[in-house]
Amino acid sequence: MSKLKGIAASNGVAIAKAYTLEAPELSFETKKVGDVAKETERLQDALDVSKQELEKIKENARQSLGDEHAEIFSAHLLVLSDPEMITPIKDKIKNENINAEAALDEVANMFINMFESMDNAYMRERAADIKDVTKRVMAHLLKVSFPDPALIDEEVIIIAEDLTPSDTAQLNKQFVKGFTTNIGGRTSHSAIMARSLEIPAIVGTKTVTDDVKDGDIIIVDGIDGEVVINPSDDVIKTYRKKQDDFAKQKEIWAQLKDEPTVSKDGTHVELVANIGTPNDVEGIINNGGEGVGLYRTEFLYMGNSDFPSEDDQFDAYKSVLEQMGDKPVVVRTLDIGGDKELSYLDLPKEMNPFLGFRAIRLCLERDDIFRTQLRALLRASTYGNLKIMFPMIATLDEFRQAKALLLDEKDNLKGEGIDVSDDIEIGIMVEIPSTAVIARQFAKEVDFFSIGTNDLIQYTMAADRMNERVSYLYQPYHPAILNLVNNVIEAAHAEGKWAGMCGEMAGDSIAIPILLGLGLDEFSMSATSILPARTQIKDLSKEELASYKDELLSMSTADEVETFIREKTNQ
Amino acid sequence: MAAEKTVTITDSTGVHARPATVLVNKAGSFASDVTVEYNGKSVNLKSIMGVMSLGIPKDAEIKLVAEGSDEQEAIDGIYDVIKQEGLGE
Repeated sequence: MSKLKGIAASNGVAIAKAYTLEAPELSFETKKVGDVAKETERLQDALDVSKQELEKIKENARQSLGDEHAEIFSAHLLVLSDPEMITPIKDKIKNENINAEAALDEVANMFINMFESMDNAYMRERAADIKDVTKRVMAHLLKVSFPDPALIDEEVIIIAEDLTPSDTAQLNKQFVKGFTTNIGGRTSHSAIMARSLEIPAIVGTKTVTDDVKDGDIIIVDGIDGEVVINPSDDVIKTYRKKQDDFAKQKEIWAQLKDEPTVSKDGTHVELVANIGTPNDVEGIINNGGEGVGLYRTEFLYMGNSDFPSEDDQFDAYKSVLEQMGDKPVVVRTLDIGGDKELSYLDLPKEMNPFLGFRAIRLCLERDDIFRTQLRALLRASTYGNLKIMFPMIATLDEFRQAKALLLDEKDNLKGEGIDVSDDIEIGIMVEIPSTAVIARQFAKEVDFFSIGTNDLIQYTMAADRMNERVSYLYQPYHPAILNLVNNVIEAAHAEGKWAGMCGEMAGDSIAIPILLGLGLDEFSMSATSILPARTQIKDLSKEELASYKDELLSMSTADEVETFIREKTNQ
Repeated sequence: MAAEKTVTITDSTGVHARPATVLVNKAGSFASDVTVEYNGKSVNLKSIMGVMSLGIPKDAEIKLVAEGSDEQEAIDGIYDVIKQEGLGE
C-alpha cells in the first residue's frame, strides 16, 4: 500500500479499480502527397466522424450536466465546419501537396496562437477548445483510438495526465466514481466539472499515472486530498466508514443550504466565502454562502505579461457582483509585492518580504496602478453590493490616503458622467498588530474590519509561517491572538460597525465557538467549509460561549484554550 | 449591390461563445456571403473563430453585410436572431 498527496478538487471518498485514460499519441511526419483529392477526402472523413462523435458527446452532456455545460460542444461542432479553418487546411493540401495531418496542425496552431495571445482571459480559454477539437480530428487521421470514457461499463476511478472538457463531459456518474490527474488545480476545468458532477477528485498529484497501474484498487479521498494505492482490507474498511459518514453529513448539510446561519439561541452571523476569480462564485452558490468575504484580486495580475486593463478588471468585478445579486461582496485591493512577484513589475529583492514593500504600501507609492483598480471597482459598484477593503493597513494615515484616492477617482468618474454607487462601504483588513491594538481609533473612520488571521498570527508571534522550524509558533488559539481579535470586535461594535474574519481560522471548528462567543459578525472561509460551519453553529449557544469570554482571554496558553473549548463543545 | 445593417450590441457580456454559435448557425443557413465588421476588421459571419476573434463587447456597433442571391433575407434573418437573443438592437 502507498499514498500520494494531491489537491483536493472535489470532496467525497471513492473506492474502485483504476482505469487509465491515456492521451492518444498524436505525432506525425510531414509528407508530400501525390493524390490531392484522396488526401482531401481523408480529411473530410476525419472531420465527419469527429462531428458525429461530438454530437453524441453533446447529447450526453445535456443529459448528465445540463444545457449550459453542453453548449460548449455546439461551439466545438462549429469549429469543425468553420470555413475560415477548413478552407485554409484544404488549400494547404492542394497548393503545398502536404498531408492532411501537417495541414491541420499548421492551421489549428495559427488559431490557437491567435487566441492565446489575446488580452482577454475568456478568449485565451477558447484556445483550449480548439486544441481539444483538433486532437480528435488528428486521432482519426492517424487512426489512433481516441479515449472514450463513454465506453466504461464497470465502476472505476479514472487516472489521467489531465482531462479535457470533452473527456469530463462523457464521464458517466453511474460508473465513474472519481478521478485523479497529474496536473491541474482547484479552479481548472476538470476540477470544476468534478464538483458539478459531485464525484470525488484529486488533481495535481504530479505522478499518479506513473504510480498506479490499470486494475489497481485505489481510494480517492477528496476530503483530505489523498490517493491510497492498493490498500489492505482494513484500510478499505476505514475508508468505507469515512464514505458513509460523508454521505450522512452531506444530507444534513444540504438541508441547511438555503437557511441563514443562526445559533441555537437565535443569533444570526454571516458565513461568506473567500474567492480568487469570478469562476469561484458557482462554488459559493452551491454551498449556500451568504456573500463574498474576501475577493483576492491578485489573480487578475498574476500570470499575465502586463497589468490588467481597467476594462478587464471591470469585467471581472462586475461578473462577481452580478452573480452574487444583492449579497455583499468584499473586494480586497491589490496585495502584491514581498513574496508575491509580478514578472512585469521590477522590484528589488528584500531581506524580509513579509515586512517590506507590498500591498497598500506599494499601491500608495504607485498610485497609477492603484487608481486603475479603484476606477474599475467604482464603475462596477452599480452592479451589486460592493464593499472595498484595503490590505496591510498599519497606520490611520495610510487608510486616509487610500480613501482619499478612492473618493478622488469617484469624483473623476462622476465628472465623466459615469454612475457610481453611493453606498460602498470602505473597510480595512486587520493583519498588523499595531492596527488591532488601536482598533478603537480606526473604528471611528472605517466602515468595517476584516481580520486577516494568517498574517496577524505570524506578525504577532514573529514567526514566518513558511518556515517549518518555527511553525509550532503559528498558534491561532494563542491568548494573545484572541485578545487582539476581541479588541477589534469590541472596537467595531462600540462605533456601530461590523467585524469579520477572512483567515483560515474563521472556518476552524475550534475557533468558531470562540469567535461566536466574542461576537464576530462575519466568517469568511473556503466555500466548502460553509455548510459544515453552519451545521456546527446551529448547535452552539452564543450566550453560553460569551459567558466564557473573560476566562478564555485570561488563559496563559493556546493548549489551555483548545482543551477548554473541546470540553465545552464535545469535540 | 449588397444588403447592410448596423446593430448596437446590448448584451452585457458582448458576443461570447453562445450567441456567436447562434449567429454563425443562422448565417450558415443562407447562400449569400455574410460578413460582420467591427473596429475596422471584417470577418466571415459563417466562421465561429472569425466572429469570436473580433471579441465584440457590449455597446459595440457592428455592421452586417450580405452579398448574394438571398442577401436581404440573410440580413433580416440574422437581425431577427440578434433581437430574439437579446444580443442587440
